[in-house]
Amino acid sequence: MHIHNYEKIWLVLAMLLIVAFISTVAYGATAMGVDMISDDEDTIDPGALDEDPRFADPRVEQVGEDEYEAYVVAQQYVFEPDPIEVPEGSTVTFYVTSRDVIHGFEIVGTNANAMVVPGEVSTFTVEFSEAGEYGVLCNEYCGDGHHVMEGSVTVVPEEEYDGGDE
Amino acid sequence: MSESLESGAPSFLDQFPAEAKLVRATLWSSFTALILGGLFGIIQTLHRTDILRVMDSSYYYTVLTAHGVLMVVSFTIFFLVGVFTWGVVRSLDRPLVDMRYSWTWYGLMVLGTLMAVVAVLGGFVDTTEMSADVLFTFYAPLQAHPLFYGGLAIFLIGSWLAGADWFRAWYAWKREHPDERIPLQTFMALTTMLMWYIASIGITIAVVVFLLPWSLGLFDEVNALLTRTLFWFWGHPVVYFWLMPAYMLWYTVLPKLAGGRLFSDPLARVVFVLFLLLSTPVGIHHQYVDPGIAEGFKFIAMTNTMFLLLPSLLTAFTVVASMEYGARRRGGTGLFGWLRALPWARPAFTGMALAGLMFAAGGFSGMINAGMNINYLVHNTLWVPGHFHLTVGTAVGLTFMAATYWLWPQLTNKPLFSRPIGLLQVVMWFVGMALMSNAMHVSGLFGVPRRTAEPQYEGFDFTPAFGTMNEFDMQIAVGGTLLFLSLGLFIGNVVLTSLGSKQSGLGDSLPPALSGPSDSPVVLDNLKLWLGIALVLVVLAYSLPLVSIISRGGLFGPGVGTYPVIIDTFSAVVESVATTGIIETLAQFEVGVIVQ
Repeated sequence: MHIHNYEKIWLVLAMLLIVAFISTVAYGATAMGVDMISDDEDTIDPGALDEDPRFADPRVEQVGEDEYEAYVVAQQYVFEPDPIEVPEGSTVTFYVTSRDVIHGFEIVGTNANAMVVPGEVSTFTVEFSEAGEYGVLCNEYCGDGHHVMEGSVTVVPEEEYDGGDE
Repeated sequence: MSESLESGAPSFLDQFPAEAKLVRATLWSSFTALILGGLFGIIQTLHRTDILRVMDSSYYYTVLTAHGVLMVVSFTIFFLVGVFTWGVVRSLDRPLVDMRYSWTWYGLMVLGTLMAVVAVLGGFVDTTEMSADVLFTFYAPLQAHPLFYGGLAIFLIGSWLAGADWFRAWYAWKREHPDERIPLQTFMALTTMLMWYIASIGITIAVVVFLLPWSLGLFDEVNALLTRTLFWFWGHPVVYFWLMPAYMLWYTVLPKLAGGRLFSDPLARVVFVLFLLLSTPVGIHHQYVDPGIAEGFKFIAMTNTMFLLLPSLLTAFTVVASMEYGARRRGGTGLFGWLRALPWARPAFTGMALAGLMFAAGGFSGMINAGMNINYLVHNTLWVPGHFHLTVGTAVGLTFMAATYWLWPQLTNKPLFSRPIGLLQVVMWFVGMALMSNAMHVSGLFGVPRRTAEPQYEGFDFTPAFGTMNEFDMQIAVGGTLLFLSLGLFIGNVVLTSLGSKQSGLGDSLPPALSGPSDSPVVLDNLKLWLGIALVLVVLAYSLPLVSIISRGGLFGPGVGTYPVIIDTFSAVVESVATTGIIETLAQFEVGVIVQ
């Protein structure tokens, strides 16, 4: 089979590009610590969230010096808690689940972005280095009121933080 | 005018009148879906950008479902079966085996489409409980009317039978030509259909085993992650199902239009084999940010996806090289000067060339989507529809429209009504899509979500790194309007062509490749081998994730309820219980109240 020389060069460059892309992803995952949302958490009965110790009372909890855990419930068409209040300079691990249908959880203007699937718990860790108000929106169609589904993350200066209770 | 259509040769219609009639029918179905899909497209464009809101936002999702289903299922696949029927019959130079059989699959596809579309349009009628506002992806536990799932199933069966029709024609041809290589266009159609059969496994299980019986009330719960994963098992290869007929046209028709011929037949075969092998074991890349799927499985899908770039990069080379060859034969010279020698006045050529250019841009944004960690930034933002309006919306859609300008006269024996209008149309599509898609990509980068009626929120504003939301909304609206007008010009041109009077000698032949099939290894034509390897790759990529999802959540899910999208009012729920006799679960009932 005859392959033109230019095409051979193109083929080699294409393969190099592909390998380079895969390497950047691997580098991001290992050296830069960009973890993928995975299957760490067990499944959960979305009809029984009120009996679950984490989700019966959606909240933010301190678990270490600058470490917090946020338990968030998404449902047609709200997020709880709202706002999600955390101190500046904290590292927050989110546990997000749905009471009904599939939702999305996106902290606007950041790369904190997860699908929220009923029966599953999405978990991911975010560092909040700057105080401010961040919008949260649902980015998966979830019913005819989908467009009103929003929430917020409030990052307050460390000295003003009162524990995140609403 | 060596490139002129009026070659004096007999047309496809002259040679195969029965097949030409079938192809015309499939293309009319395709164009009907296109015009309806376009109408819904412009309504939603003006609604979401808040320029003109003619309906309550709750109907936006009915419009969006109709736009998605009509465009990416009906328009694309009806065109595919038409162009593959043409390509197989033309390249085998023999008729289909049994036209009654062929009309049967076409009839099933029409029936399936009508069922699904009726269910979707039911969403506009408040007095009926029928609706299917579940969008193109129909993620459970949002639930559509059974007619929607049933229609989808019948449409798919029609498409499978169409593939079997081409295999039958090929078997018949093989008996007549025992030692010959599979003609290139037939090879492309057959490998694409093998890919389609494998891909269909996912959606068939999702629809027939879970969603249809669930919508009929046979059981109350589904595993939302499982049906979603089965959807994407099909949902990525379907992208290549849209694309492969465009590739066939780029490989076999575009070089001819450019005044030359295909560079390499063997590499074209390699590309289609690669698509057969790699299109399916990648679907999990749509689920990078899903819970319940291990990071390792996502990494495997990412790796496969990156290798799937290879056949498209090879295609980019071949298409450009074939065009350059054509241009130089037409007297073009210089490093880039040959570009001027291309037949830019022909809408069929210009449309396909512009579509190819857009595909390069769409390929770049696709590479970003494929990058697992950067995907966090763009997942489910407006970036994503920005991407696929370049790929399916232009690489595929514009190629189909451009090819129609070349093919339609050969199917009807009627010369194209107007080339200048055709040229204006393809350029308008290109400009409109450049504006709309660019603004969608950029908006996605600062977090504007896709699939929403009103991307305007109470608690926060989007903060673009440059420009303003208004500017991007205007770009989207102007682009969308240009696209809609372009679509109108296209349909008008086709209709006026069809109303014209017949001429003879509108046929156009396709020259063989520079490097012909005899140069390619015989193993490339071993379809059983490639099917076998493709199946192994799918098993490797999907068996563990599916087993894991089922063992975690169970076949019917960890207690996920049912959420029909039809609950408009409390009374509608009661009425649907009374009229359909479906046993509604308590959970549904409660949701009906909460929503209100």
